[in-house]
Amino acid sequence: MIVLRRLCCLVILLAIVAVPRSTAAELVAALSNHLVAITTGFTGTEVLLFGTTGGSGDVVVVIRGPEEPHVVRRKGRRLGIWLNEKEMRFESVPAFYSVAASSPLNEFLPDRVAARHQIGVENIRLMPAPDTASDDINDFRAALIRNKQKINLYPTKTAAVTFLGGRLFRTDMYIPANAPVGNYTVGVYLVRDEDVVSAEITPLIVSKVGFEARLSDFAKRFSFAYGILAILIATVAGWLANLVFRRG
Amino acid sequence: MDIYLPIAEMAVNFFVILGMGALVGFFSGLFGVGGGFLMTPLLLLIGVPSPVAVASQANQIVASSVSGVLAHWRRGNVDFKMGLVLLVGGLVGSSLGVWLFTLLRGLGHIDLVIRLSFVVFLGIVGLLMFLESVKALLKRRTRASQPRLRRAWIDRMPLKMRFRRSRLYISALLPAGIGFLVGVLTAIMGVGGGFIMVPAMIYVLGMPTSVVIGTSLFQIIFVSANVTVLLAVTNQTVDLLLALLLLMGGVVGAQFGVRVGAYLNGDQLRGLLAVMVLGVAAKLSYDLIATPVDLYALGETLSP
Repeated sequence: MIVLRRLCCLVILLAIVAVPRSTAAELVAALSNHLVAITTGFTGTEVLLFGTTGGSGDVVVVIRGPEEPHVVRRKGRRLGIWLNEKEMRFESVPAFYSVAASSPLNEFLPDRVAARHQIGVENIRLMPAPDTASDDINDFRAALIRNKQKINLYPTKTAAVTFLGGRLFRTDMYIPANAPVGNYTVGVYLVRDEDVVSAEITPLIVSKVGFEARLSDFAKRFSFAYGILAILIATVAGWLANLVFRRG
Repeated sequence: MDIYLPIAEMAVNFFVILGMGALVGFFSGLFGVGGGFLMTPLLLLIGVPSPVAVASQANQIVASSVSGVLAHWRRGNVDFKMGLVLLVGGLVGSSLGVWLFTLLRGLGHIDLVIRLSFVVFLGIVGLLMFLESVKALLKRRTRASQPRLRRAWIDRMPLKMRFRRSRLYISALLPAGIGFLVGVLTAIMGVGGGFIMVPAMIYVLGMPTSVVIGTSLFQIIFVSANVTVLLAVTNQTVDLLLALLLLMGGVVGAQFGVRVGAYLNGDQLRGLLAVMVLGVAAKLSYDLIATPVDLYALGETLSP
């Protein structure tokens, strides 16, 4: 955990360095909760992000999940049969990605600025592993995004950032039940005169806690014992059912 | 009511999973099959990642087969001796199958060839069974008939053994060989193999249909227990909570399957089994031929 926190601090520092024009007064944002705790009853949750701006402008919030490798496969038809024909590996893909904004993005954010800050799914930097890269990379990129959207990990709807009065803003960030665990980053951007004038990046941790955490930890660390336990439970359950039915 | 699955990392509806377990357990108790070929697509449909689906359902199959075997045993319908001989062949066969699979993978599209021959094989077996049982049913059910496939060379094989429950006196090499072949096939195809084992026991060994189902379930317990531990160790994708929900439905479903099976005679059971084998063949060939909705798919990303 300590290592994770240090990493997050580093990320924040880097973010501040990366946007030199930002001043403390221009943008201040905070989360209601830095930990999304996954328990047995977890069905998705909302995290409140609130903050103030130093002046006029629009606010964009980008949530990025942990970076993970992904493989995209394309099927092709040979002799009337569909089989996997080609694959492309992307080493670093945000497992989750969603955007919230105070106005429709195309009204205040020029494409080049959006691209620079990777705002919007089409601007996520997706680089294939060199050995699997080829000319049709754009098809594979689009397929990756489309498949992520289908399982709601890249929500297609841009959520709303609402201003309360002139300076104070808030947004409810939705983390779905199938969101992968790991370290998320929440990027808050203040856009004025078609450019990002201030940015702030806050960490958000999605983690299993309690029973869920202990069980998956057990499965990883003592995998053989876990397998044996699973079989024992199954055998006892089958025997119990038989017992109940014999009486009944 | 939603429950979060710790290994699958997603929330599922409690009652949906329970119902799926019960449905597959029912078929398991009725036909003596594991039901993995039904459960995997159902789990994928609700969004469970495939490594988790396969591993957790293997654990559920252990439970419903135990439940089914005990219920069949009460009725005197399990030939443990036959089951053990089949199992010995099966364990050797599946180990060889795993090795063969890795070897063939390197040769390109060989697993497509296997898939195709599997579909053809299942189709023929299903069709023959179907015709045979329809013919028997049309013959105005003069008591449940037993198909017997007697060949001189089968009777002349060495290592003869008496299988009292199955009312057979045959060479032990025969069931061991069948167990072996099914073991190889299942390892290559990634399916449990109950629906190949059951017809083979009826038509090649000539076992009575009633005994076949309990005996098949008996050996499935060990096969799926083996798969559960192997996957728990290598992939760590056995979701205990998912398996628990599935098996709660599964053990009850299996008991009902056995009960319903007791009301059917051998011909009716074989006819229904034939329909099921044909269904599997149709499903497998549909997967190969139908144009996918999206040509592109995300591969599994196993967490490091």
